[in-house]
Amino acid sequence: MAATLQRDEWKAFSDFLALGAAGILVVIGAILAIGGEDRAMAFHGCLLFGAAGLAFLYILTQVIEKKEAHDATSYADGVVRAGVIATIFWGIAGFLIGDVIAWQLAFPVLNLDLPWTNFGRLRPVHTSAVIFAFGGNALIATSLYVVQRTCRARLAGKWSPWFVFWGYQLFLVLAATGYILGVTQSKEYAEPEWYVDIWLTLVWVVYFLVFVATLAKRREPHIYVANWFYLAFIVTVAMLHIVNNLAVPISLLGSKSYVIYSGVQDAMTQWWYGHNAVGFFLTAGFLGMMYYFVPKRAERPIYSYRLSVVHFWSLIFIYIWAGPHHLHYSALPDWAQMLGMTFSIILWMPSWGGMINGLMTLSGAWDKLRTDPVIRILVVAVAFYGMSTFEGPLMSIRSVNALSHYTDWTIGHVHSGALGWVAYITFGALYCLVPWLWQRKALYSQRMVEWHFWISTLGILLYITSMWVSGILQGLMWRAYDQLGFLEYSFVETVEAMHPFYVIRATGGLLFLIGALLMTYNLWRTARGDEPLDAADQPSIAAAPEFRSASAE
Amino acid sequence: MNWEKHQVVEKSSILLVIGILIVVAIGGLVEIAPLFWLSSTIEKVQGMRPYTPLELAGRNIYVREGCYLCHSQMIRSLKDEVERYGHYSLAAESMYDHPFQWGSKRTGPDIARLGGKYSDEWHRAHMIDPRSVVPESVMPGYPFLAKTKLDYDDIGAHLKASAIVGVPYSDEMIENAKADLELQAGANTEALKDFLARYPKAQVRQFDGDPSYVSELDALIAYMQMLGTLVDFATFDAAGPNLR
Repeated sequence: MAATLQRDEWKAFSDFLALGAAGILVVIGAILAIGGEDRAMAFHGCLLFGAAGLAFLYILTQVIEKKEAHDATSYADGVVRAGVIATIFWGIAGFLIGDVIAWQLAFPVLNLDLPWTNFGRLRPVHTSAVIFAFGGNALIATSLYVVQRTCRARLAGKWSPWFVFWGYQLFLVLAATGYILGVTQSKEYAEPEWYVDIWLTLVWVVYFLVFVATLAKRREPHIYVANWFYLAFIVTVAMLHIVNNLAVPISLLGSKSYVIYSGVQDAMTQWWYGHNAVGFFLTAGFLGMMYYFVPKRAERPIYSYRLSVVHFWSLIFIYIWAGPHHLHYSALPDWAQMLGMTFSIILWMPSWGGMINGLMTLSGAWDKLRTDPVIRILVVAVAFYGMSTFEGPLMSIRSVNALSHYTDWTIGHVHSGALGWVAYITFGALYCLVPWLWQRKALYSQRMVEWHFWISTLGILLYITSMWVSGILQGLMWRAYDQLGFLEYSFVETVEAMHPFYVIRATGGLLFLIGALLMTYNLWRTARGDEPLDAADQPSIAAAPEFRSASAE
Repeated sequence: MNWEKHQVVEKSSILLVIGILIVVAIGGLVEIAPLFWLSSTIEKVQGMRPYTPLELAGRNIYVREGCYLCHSQMIRSLKDEVERYGHYSLAAESMYDHPFQWGSKRTGPDIARLGGKYSDEWHRAHMIDPRSVVPESVMPGYPFLAKTKLDYDDIGAHLKASAIVGVPYSDEMIENAKADLELQAGANTEALKDFLARYPKAQVRQFDGDPSYVSELDALIAYMQMLGTLVDFATFDAAGPNLR
C-alpha cells in the first residue's frame, strides 16, 4: 500500500514538474517572440512558444486521463522508435543538402544569388544535419536502446527521455533555420548562437541524467563496454560544448553574441572542440554502437575484453590532445602544434585497437559477410574507420599537412569517416533495429540492402578518390614554381582545375543519397509490417526476439 | 597486470563518470590554458587597433554569410604562401577577433591581406557578380548586399559586448559608435580628426559608391579593405624580440 502510494506521489510530482517546465518555456517563448530584437530571435521565440505549448497541452491530456503510464518491467522503446524515424529523416535531409552544395561548387549558378540559398549559409545546414541531426539522433536512439538491454532496466524517467528527444529536435530546427536566416557564430560545427547553445546544454544535461540513472538501476553487475563509450561521448561533448561556446550576447533579446575568446586562443579552443566533435561525437559514440551491434549481429562475443579496456582509456585520453593539428604553420605557438601532431600520431594505435576489436569479433563468423549484407555494412564501416584513422595521423604530420591543409583532401578524409564509418555503422544499426523494434519477422527485402550497400559504396569511393586527386593536385599547384622561380599558377587556375573532380564528387554524393532512399523505403515497408520478400534468405537474428527461435531451426 | 582492478570502475557509474572527466580534461588544460598567460603567444606589434564600427558591422556580415567556409585569414609560414599572399599572419593580427576567422578551407584564396589589393569598384562588381571580373570563379553572387540597408541602430551594443570580452573599446568609442559608422561611410566628415584619433589608419569614403544610404556592401567592403593593413611590416622585426 505504502509502496503504491509513494509511486503515485512520484508520478504526480513528475507530471507536475513536466507541466511546470513546459509552462515556463511557453512564457519564455512568448517573451522572445514579442520582444525579440531581430527577426531570427522573434521567429525562434515563436518556435519555442509553439513547441512548448504543444508539449504543455499533451502533458495536460495525459495527466487528466490518468493513464497508467507503462508497464514498469518493460523497456521504453517508444522514444527509441521515434529516434530511429528522426535519424532517417535527418539523414536524408543532410545528404540532400550536402549534395546540393556539392553541385553548387561545380556549378556556382546554383547558388541562385539569394541570401538563403548560398553555399555559405547552406554548408552549416549540411554539416549540422549530418553530424548533429543524423548522427546525434542515431546516437541518442541507439544509446537509449543499448543501455536498457545491457542493464536489463527500463529507461529512467517518464517524461525526461521524451524531453531529450523533442528538445533535441527543437535544437536542430533552431540551429538549421538560424543558419538560413544568417544566425551563426562562425565556429565550425559549433555555429548555433548563445541561446540555442543554452537550450542544447539543458537537453544534454537531461540526456546525461537519464543515461546515468538508467545505469544506476541496472540489474547487471557490470556496465557493458558499449555504455562506457556512450558515457564518454555524453560527458565529453558536454564539456566541449560549454567551454567552446562561452559568449556575451549583445542583448538578452537579440541573437548576436561575441565569443569570449579571441584570435589564437579562440582558434585553439575551437579546434580542441572541433577535433573532439570528431573524437567523441563521431567516434566514441559510434564505437558504443559498434560494441553492441557488431557482436549482436554476428552472434559472437567481443574479441578481447582487455583490448576494450586499453583502447577505451587510451582513446579518450589521447583524442583530446589532437586539436592543434588543424593549425599547423599558423600563428599558434609551435609547442602546441608539436603536441597536437605527436598525440595525433599516437592516436593511430588506440584507433586501430578499436578497429581490431570490432573486426576480430567476427572470428569464426566470417562466412556471414557473404550471406548477411547487414553484417557486411557493419564490417565495412569498421574497415572505413580503420582507414580514416590511419589517414588522419598521416595528415597531422606537419610536412604532409603543409600540402593537405586548406584543400579538398581534408574534405575527402572527413567523408571517408563520415560516410564510410559513421553513416555505415548507423545504417547497419538501423537495419538491425527496425525489425526488432517494430516486432517484425525480417527486413522487408534483403536484396534491397545489397543494392543499398553497393550503390552507396560506389558513391563513397567516387567521393573520396576524387577529393584525394583534387586536394593533392591543388596543393601541388599552389606551391609549384616555374623555371624562373615564380609561382606557376594563379589561384583561380587552381580553382578551374577542380571542376571535373567536383562533378565526380557530387555524383558520388548523389549515389550515396540514392542508397539511403532505398534504405528508407525498405525500412518503411518493414515497419509497416509488409510481408518480407526474402525472409528465408535472412539470418534468424534479423527477426525480432519473439520470432527468433521459430525461424532459427 | 591485474585486470580485475578495472572492475571497480565497471561496477560504479559514478566512478566511471569521474574517471572519464579526469582523463578527458588533461589534454585541453595543457594545450589551452598556457596560451592565456605565456606572453610569447601574441607578438608585441605596432598598429593593431579594434575594428571601427563600420568594419565590425562588415565583419559581422562576413560571418553571417559564412565567408570563412571558403576563405582563410591565416597565411602560413611557408615560402609559396608568403610569396602569394604576403607576410605570414601574426597572432597579434587576430587578437581582437571574436571569434577568429582563420578558416580551414581555401575554395577561394586567403584574404588575410586583402586590404588595398583591389579597388572598391572591383569589389562592388565582384560581390554583385563574381564571374563578371573572374570568369572561372565558383563564388556565389551577393547582389542583395548593395540593396540592403545596413542595420546599425544597435552598433553601440556590439562595441559594448566586444569590450566586455576584452576588446579595448573606450567609453568614448562606444558613445560615438553610430556617428563614427556613418562618418566612415562618407556621410559626414566633420569630426574626421576625432574619428581618426580613435581609429588610426581607418579609411573613410563611400565604399559602395552610392551616397543615398549605408548599405551592407559599404560595411563589407570597408572590412575587406582594411584586412591585414594595420601592422606595419616595414618596422616589424620577426627575428627580434618577437621571435617565438
